[in-house]
Amino acid sequence: MAVEIAATGSGAPSESQVGAILAKHPAERSALIPILQEVQAKLGYLPEEAMCQVAEALGVPEANVYGVASFYAQFRFAPIGRKQVHVCRGTACHVGGAPKILAEVKERLGIGEGESTPDREYSLETVACIGCCALAPCAVVDGKVEAKLTPKKVRELFQGVQR
Amino acid sequence: MATISIDGTRVEATENRTVLQAALDAGIYIPHLCHHPDLKPVGMCRLCVVELEGRGIVASCEAAAQDGMKVLTDTPQVQKVRQVALELLLTNHDSNCLACAKNNDCGLQKVAAFIGVDEARFKQLRMLTPQYAIDDSNPFFRRDPNKCVLCGICVRTCAEIQGSAAIDYAFRGFATAISTLGNKPIAESKCQSCGECVVRCPTGALAPKETRKPSKEVLTTCTFCGVGCQLYLGARGGEIVSARGDRESPVNRGHLCVKGRFGYSFINSPERLKTPLIKKDGKFVAATWDEALDLITRKFAEYKGDQFAVMGSSRCTNEDNYVLMKFTRAVMGTNNVDNCARLCHAPTVTGLGASFGAGGGTNTIAEIPGADCLFIIGCNPTHAHPVVGMRIRAAVGNGAKLIVADPRRIELGDNATLSMTQKPGTDVALLMGMARVIYSEGLHNPQFIEERCDGFKEFVKAMEPFTLDFVEETTGVPREQVVEAARLYAKSDRALILWALGITEHSHGTDNVMALANLAMLTGNIGRPSCGAMPLRGQNNVQGACDLGVIPNAFHGYQKIADPAAIEKFEKAWDCKLSTSPGLGMVEQLQQTLTGKIKAYYLVGIDPAYSVSDANQVWEALRQAEFVVAQDIFLSGTAEFADVVLPATSFAEKDGTFTNLERRLQRIRKVIEPPGEAKADWWITCEIARRMGGKGFDYNDPSEILDEMGRLSSWFTGINFERLDAGGIQWPCPSTDHPGTPILHTERFATANGKGQLAPLVYRPPVDSADAEYPIILTTGRSLYHFHLAMTSKVPGLMALHPEELVWMHPKDARRLGIADGDKVKVSSEQGEVDVRAKVTKDMRPGTAYMTFHFYETPTNVLTHQKSLDPVSKTPEYKVTAIRIERV
Repeated sequence: MAVEIAATGSGAPSESQVGAILAKHPAERSALIPILQEVQAKLGYLPEEAMCQVAEALGVPEANVYGVASFYAQFRFAPIGRKQVHVCRGTACHVGGAPKILAEVKERLGIGEGESTPDREYSLETVACIGCCALAPCAVVDGKVEAKLTPKKVRELFQGVQR
Repeated sequence: MATISIDGTRVEATENRTVLQAALDAGIYIPHLCHHPDLKPVGMCRLCVVELEGRGIVASCEAAAQDGMKVLTDTPQVQKVRQVALELLLTNHDSNCLACAKNNDCGLQKVAAFIGVDEARFKQLRMLTPQYAIDDSNPFFRRDPNKCVLCGICVRTCAEIQGSAAIDYAFRGFATAISTLGNKPIAESKCQSCGECVVRCPTGALAPKETRKPSKEVLTTCTFCGVGCQLYLGARGGEIVSARGDRESPVNRGHLCVKGRFGYSFINSPERLKTPLIKKDGKFVAATWDEALDLITRKFAEYKGDQFAVMGSSRCTNEDNYVLMKFTRAVMGTNNVDNCARLCHAPTVTGLGASFGAGGGTNTIAEIPGADCLFIIGCNPTHAHPVVGMRIRAAVGNGAKLIVADPRRIELGDNATLSMTQKPGTDVALLMGMARVIYSEGLHNPQFIEERCDGFKEFVKAMEPFTLDFVEETTGVPREQVVEAARLYAKSDRALILWALGITEHSHGTDNVMALANLAMLTGNIGRPSCGAMPLRGQNNVQGACDLGVIPNAFHGYQKIADPAAIEKFEKAWDCKLSTSPGLGMVEQLQQTLTGKIKAYYLVGIDPAYSVSDANQVWEALRQAEFVVAQDIFLSGTAEFADVVLPATSFAEKDGTFTNLERRLQRIRKVIEPPGEAKADWWITCEIARRMGGKGFDYNDPSEILDEMGRLSSWFTGINFERLDAGGIQWPCPSTDHPGTPILHTERFATANGKGQLAPLVYRPPVDSADAEYPIILTTGRSLYHFHLAMTSKVPGLMALHPEELVWMHPKDARRLGIADGDKVKVSSEQGEVDVRAKVTKDMRPGTAYMTFHFYETPTNVLTHQKSLDPVSKTPEYKVTAIRIERV
């Protein structure tokens, strides 16, 4: 029975949460973005299984769901870390060596932009300016501005991080 | 018709053409990249801009050609716009053309050559190093985003033609790229490797990994299923190196699936048989043809008559099969000749034979998109007959209603108006239930029934027990769905039924087929375009093997052994005495080997050791047989049991004809020489026959065999090689000025009295049912990536895409048994057991499991049974086996 097959899941933990969100919306393509926003609000990011579940419910190809979601900066595809790292790439920081700082952060944490460490302790993003150009190059780590960074300072900041 | 002017030249544009199409039709080139004749226009690349008088610059691919339009294609303004568009593309394009697979065959090169490139204008902006990693994950083609021009042809092809929608645009601005879900490698996406995007990609962004260009191409027929796609096989240095679809063919219109396009490398396999082999002390030893044929001639002479049995090949040509059937009857003096249709569509032949008088599909593949309702039951066309699957999706795109009924959720369920998942083996209940709804709601066609059918009274009575209560209880399909299916089907003007082995491989397969024929007759959906009943035949020439008399009860054209006039006709034509004792089907042949009645076998291009149900019993029979000859292109699982193995030729190494599922005879043509000393099957059989003193086996060429077939059956009289060079012909074709018969039963049925026979069916449950010891029902099917066993297992790319057997099961069953996705499990039935890994999926219904049968290491058919054969067609019930699944 088709109905029964659709209703009994393989049991991804988020399945019922996504199902509850889908139930609030019409099963139409036009509901895609509001649904994705709610899914992210609930789960913190858009897991692949959740995108597949949304795709199936709306009758939209899953690659298309990803295409829409990846167009917007607001959607994340990896869970956010407990501590967020925002590396500034504004003009002043860029001139002050932001590329080296970013490379060092990536190296220390072993992740790329938009990714999280496997233990979900840290997640990494870049920002255009954090409004303290006098302290360039800088970054915000877990809500605290780290000023006049050097690769050495970055190493010290993340000392002891298990990659 | 619109008359437009292009650069002052008068051009006639046919209905609904765009300016770009009208120009291209008239042989006028306008540069373009995102336009493709098979796809809807999108106007994205901005290279096809033209100036329309009074409107200015427009994209010609989206502008409808209207009467009186004045089009200028090469003004300074046009040139400026397209030059900038081109420069922006070239800035981001990896332009190492000489090393590119698409060099000289590239849309971007063509556009650039026409528009002209002034590199100084964009040199500074140019990306110097490739920005993206190449996606090498697919075994057959490579994705290089550095060469992508974002025309979206691949995206649209995947969605509009193939129906997979595995890729789409993703990201934003400069980062925009074609991506799978999660930007994963293509091999981890929904991609089915059909390569339709690869052939349409205008640049080297999608290119086959086999980059050798052929030195010659030959038009032939694909060997991988009954659809009969026409393709050009490319050869170079004695090997096959390419395949491309024939866009002129009404069968496939250029489309191919993953096997047809990329699966040809089995032909070049080093494991091909190259010499005859004779088993000495349990080991195969290479032999000369003379040694092998002398031995066979001597042994076969000892086993003449009904102790001898022949299995012909649904993969070989009609000519191979005719000669084999003639040899069996005229030289060996027995009717024990059969082919693997016994294991698949024999119930279709017997069922349609009883209902309509002819065992062939009634309509053509090209009519599918014109249907307004498609009823698909017991088949999985997007995997087993992929090009038909594309046509079904095209029909849905045209607005057709799609009804799908299958115990497993199949891909086409996503496109369906209504999907039903019946319990395996309950089809008669479902179909008679639908018939009862149609009749009780007055949706039947009384005029058609009155004029063209017999047995209506009995049929009405027979429908009585099939109440919705009974149907729901028996099939597990909710009553509302049964009613909706009946209404959807009966209210459509052109409703077409398609089925395959989910209908036939049952202990009541013939009943199932007659139940489908009943529906078509009850509603008058037969004998007209885009309706009727089309069985999707499995192997490339299984239709032909049956048509050519490689069945126990008839000569070719279904001229019955039981008919004394037929016997007299063939005795005269073949100058011999013929046996009138009825022959055995292949399952019975094997069963009778165990009782000692059948002692010797000639097995041609068939692998019964792994394809017949209850494999343990089959192996025992083959071991007990006193003398077995296997003729094949590989040392198949069956050949291991043989005393002599003969090396045959593949479809690329011989001439002949295949008959596809729409009864269309099409040519296959020799492209390369066979490996070693391999010989064409017809030649080998004729050689044995001649050495045994058989008369009439002196053919120089397969065309002479086809001519003889035509002289002895009016179905083929009008068909010859010369006519087939102009395209396939559908039987019956009684004379050389007859066009062939695309639609059967237009005026009268082929039965003796010309009337369709409504069958008063009763429901008979399958033999096996779930019990405490074997609580799950196993049903079997085919994978997109395999064609049974020996051939595709020699294609590394196909093995990479589907490397091993899996047992599919529902999460509920898996949880109850403590089984996780990917776990190793033991599957056992009363017949045997096999260890495979589990695939846990909601595509199954609880209580039902599914396996394919493509792997020698894990032979699924040790599980299936021969407990009860379909009483008419003698086909085993592959689709319902009670099993147990345990973790190991």
